[in-house]
Amino acid sequence: MLYLAVAARSFRRYSTYTAATLAGIFTNSVFGVIICFVYIAVWEQSPDAGGYDVTDAVTYAWLGQAMIMTVAIWGGGTTDELALRIRTGDVAIDLYRPVNLLGWWLAGDLGRAAYHLLTRGIAPTIVGALLFDLRYPADASVALLFVVSVVLAVVVSFGLRMLVACTAFWLLDDTGVKNLAAVLSMFLSGLVVPLVLFPGWTRDLATALPWAAFLQVPADIWLGQTSGWSALQALAFQAGWALLLLRACAAVIARARHKVVVQGG
Amino acid sequence: MVDRALWGMRAYGVLAWMWIRVSMTYRASFVMLTLGQFLITGLDFLAISVMFATVDALGGFSLAEVAFLYGGAGLCLGLADLILGNIERLGQKIRLGTFDAMMIRPVPLFAQMASDAFALRRLGRITQATVVLVWSLVVLDVDWTLGRALTVPYLVVFGTAIFVSFFTLGAAFQFWTTDGSEAANAFTYGGNTLAQYPLTIYPTEVVKALTFIVPIAFVNWYPSLYILGRPDPLGLPAATRFASPVAALALGALAAWAWRSGVRRYRSTGS
Repeated sequence: MLYLAVAARSFRRYSTYTAATLAGIFTNSVFGVIICFVYIAVWEQSPDAGGYDVTDAVTYAWLGQAMIMTVAIWGGGTTDELALRIRTGDVAIDLYRPVNLLGWWLAGDLGRAAYHLLTRGIAPTIVGALLFDLRYPADASVALLFVVSVVLAVVVSFGLRMLVACTAFWLLDDTGVKNLAAVLSMFLSGLVVPLVLFPGWTRDLATALPWAAFLQVPADIWLGQTSGWSALQALAFQAGWALLLLRACAAVIARARHKVVVQGG
Repeated sequence: MVDRALWGMRAYGVLAWMWIRVSMTYRASFVMLTLGQFLITGLDFLAISVMFATVDALGGFSLAEVAFLYGGAGLCLGLADLILGNIERLGQKIRLGTFDAMMIRPVPLFAQMASDAFALRRLGRITQATVVLVWSLVVLDVDWTLGRALTVPYLVVFGTAIFVSFFTLGAAFQFWTTDGSEAANAFTYGGNTLAQYPLTIYPTEVVKALTFIVPIAFVNWYPSLYILGRPDPLGLPAATRFASPVAALALGALAAWAWRSGVRRYRSTGS
């Protein structure tokens, strides 16, 4: 219940910046259009590249734009705030709250993601649907699987961002690590080029890494590329990474707890 | 008028130099951030190469030709971003009230905003774009004439001027909506992404809009058509290929007007 309250407050907090949201939607839409035309040019030449047809590819471009903020592919979200609190020492207050630190920030991030999904996720997709011929989930069960997959994507992304934020316990400034993480995430999530286009073994590698859970997995479920049993396997893949990363976060925070005491908070 | 412009440029130089010295205080951080930018933009080009693993031409252009477009656009954006990229923080400055402090200093406002937090680390992006551009020049099979060779620096100068105008317009827009800074990204970074690809992949209406309304096509597309010896898909007169200065001037005038009326209109938040 408490976590629900944290998530709801976080949702409301993000919803105060309407002009910023509108500007962001505009930018996402412009980029969506550009990427669509690039994909159309690619798939015109090679109509079944990566097992997608051109409709799949165009839909993928818009799903990518929808996931940028929702899954925080470029970083950001509540973990940025935590990193700042670690630097200023305010994290001491978080540590003596009678709430699990990880759960507190995860709930906040899920609230943020819900807001971004409803605004910066749905709005550009509507723009895309008006301008291009898109593919939609085959039935309600696919849509439901997609939603579950997006939630798992946010958790995986949170896990990675949390690990980055926690480096601030040791480095104080996590900007360098954050930039590096953003580089990896932008490329390996398949935001620019779908992972299915990667040649040979690089494709197998990229689809096994946690970043594949950000966009490729939810997109494949939406497009019906993975369905039935394989869709459940895809969700298990996401859940596996989510669990692994959250455990790693918990371990890192446990170590950091001592560190904070040494530093005096 | 000339005196004031010179004074503005000198002030810009002094302020930019100050920020360079600031960034050099944290040398390790500077190196990491510059390298980071180099890598980020590098992966961007890697993504294009991945697409070329499945196709051998994009909109009728080879990888080397796309690399030329990519390098040209990236270099122009990188230079503009270096010159006045942080002007996009205007909205934040207005919100925090620090813009008011700038107004009472005896230095032209534009010079102050343009040089604010001058980030030499942007050389990362510039270097990456230059590497791609040089690589494309090496592998491209172009019949080099003096005119073609001179068009390369010409492209960079006016392309940069166009992006500088877009950055200024985006900032001026924030006098009206203080948190709309992201909308400007659609024109600057979005324009860069657009111009990285041959415009033949976009529908004709889009290319017309990019020529006559939002003149991104003059950043690198028209000069590149001349350098690469390609026909213009819109069939515009040959003079279009050399019209970048006209576009840069028109857009620059618009940006200057928007900036001035923004400053004139500005009322402090009072906080």
